[in-house]
Order: sequence, then C-alpha cells, then structure tokens
Amino acid sequence: MKKFGASLYEFVVGDDWRIAVAVVLALAITVGIARTAIPAWWVLPAAVVLILPVSLAIAVRRR
Amino acid sequence: MTGGALFIAVFLACVVEGVEALTIVLAVGTTRDWRSASLGVGSALIALAVIVAALGPALTLLPLNALRLVVGGLLLIFGLQWLRKAILRASGHKALHDEDAIFRRQTSAAESATGQARGMITDWYAYVVSFKGVLLEGLEVAFIVLTFGANQHAIGLATIAAAAAIVLVVAIGFAVRAPLTRVPENTLKFVVGIMLTAFGTFWGGEGAGAHWPGEDAALLALVPAVAVIALGLMFALRTKQFSVERS
Repeated sequence: MKKFGASLYEFVVGDDWRIAVAVVLALAITVGIARTAIPAWWVLPAAVVLILPVSLAIAVRRR
Repeated sequence: MTGGALFIAVFLACVVEGVEALTIVLAVGTTRDWRSASLGVGSALIALAVIVAALGPALTLLPLNALRLVVGGLLLIFGLQWLRKAILRASGHKALHDEDAIFRRQTSAAESATGQARGMITDWYAYVVSFKGVLLEGLEVAFIVLTFGANQHAIGLATIAAAAAIVLVVAIGFAVRAPLTRVPENTLKFVVGIMLTAFGTFWGGEGAGAHWPGEDAALLALVPAVAVIALGLMFALRTKQFSVERS
C-alpha cells in the first residue's frame, strides 16, 4: 500500500511538488475570478510563466 | 482541437514511452528468456487495455466542465514536469536519457539475477521485469490516451495513435534487436511537454469557468507561446551553464 502510494505520488506529482501546488492554486484562483465579471483566462498562463522558471532555478541551484 | 493535433500529441508521447519500455524488454529478453519476457509484455498490455476499457467510458460520462478541470489540471502538471526535465537535459543541467546505458545496466542486472520457474513462466525474473517495465511506461500512455481522448470524445482516435506508435517502435526495435538510441527522445519529450502544457492550460481554464479570447483559436496562440517560453528558458540555462564551464 505504501509502495502504491509512493508510485501514485511519483506518477501524479513527479519531481517537483511545487508545480502541482501552483497548478491547483491557479485553478482555484481561476474558478474564483470566473465567478466575477473579471476575465479569468490569464491566470493559468501566468502560473506557467511563473512556476516553470522558479522550478528550473531551484533544480539548477540544487546541483 | 483538431484530430490531427490529438493524434500527433498521443503518437509522440507513445513513441517516447515505447522506446523506454522496449529497452527494458530487450535487455531481459536477450540475456534471459524471450518467452517469459514476451509473456510479461502480453500481461502488461492486457492490464493496460483493461484500464483503458474500464476508465474510458466512465470518463466520458463525467460533466464536461468537471472533466476538463481535473484533466486539464493533471495534464498541466504532467506537461510542466516533462518540460522541466526536457529543459534541464537540453541545457546540460541533467544527464540526457541514454538508452544504451540503461540497456547495459538492465542487462548486467538480468545476468546476475537468479532464475526461477513459476507455473507456465519459465523465468519469473524476465517475466516480472518485462511486465513492470511495460506497465509503468504504459500507464503514462494510458493516461494521455484517456485524457486527450475523453476531452475530445475521440478515445478511438487516441487509441489508434497510441497503437500506431507502439507497433512502429516494436517493429523497429525487434528488427534491429537493439535499443533505439537514435530516437531523439529529449526533443520528442520537449514537444510533448509543450503540447501537454498548452492543452492542459486551455482545458483547465475552460473547466474552471474561464472564457478564452477567440475560444478554440486560443490554442493556436497557446502552443507557440509555451514553446517560446520553454525555448527561452532552455537557452538562458544553456548560456548560464556555458559561462560557468568557461569560468
């Protein structure tokens, strides 16, 4: 069961958990903004522009 | 999204995973026992077919927005992880995926492992290693087939793309009887990462209730935009790596 959980985590979350957290947060923010009159389409692209360089910078610094 | 883009994304993803699975099967097949290795491959393919057959119709029953929210989110996470790895490899910050080295490692492990027969399986080690290799690489393929297919109500087309890629990889692999080292795996991963990220962003946004400017045409902007960002980051990291090596 523990092994299965670890495999599932590795499969879904992968090498950097921050990416998964950022995507979930960005989706939640999009849901929130979409309920108002403000356009919400830009949230996910903005999250991609932010999280990818951050994740790469952390990976490079760790080496 | 057009059927063509779906076909290309699934086909390329399946080529990458197929090459990785083939290396494992070839290593145990050539050093241990082809029959047991083939039975392992067959069992894993049956398990994957059951997963796709069970989950495929279930996914298409979900409300489209809920499906797109969950699937878009997962595809976006997957895509960003693939892109991250591909950028790190392309910029020299992570070792390139070397099928030759993996083949040598698997071969050496297979040679030193002890053999044991179980039921109709003459070499349990060869069976288990083949089964696990194909199942684990195949799960990612099954996930991509299901998510892309369910979102576009085209699971059939996605399955055909996956099958075409696997038949191609297996045919070439068994013809040359060696790992497919010439397949530009990192480049393929880069392209698939871009497509998964762009489609994940689009579907995730739609599922969350956002309205894209230009509707479906927004994808035509998202794919090149993600490509430009990824290439920019790769060149920035490559330049940094180059200047560190020179200093």
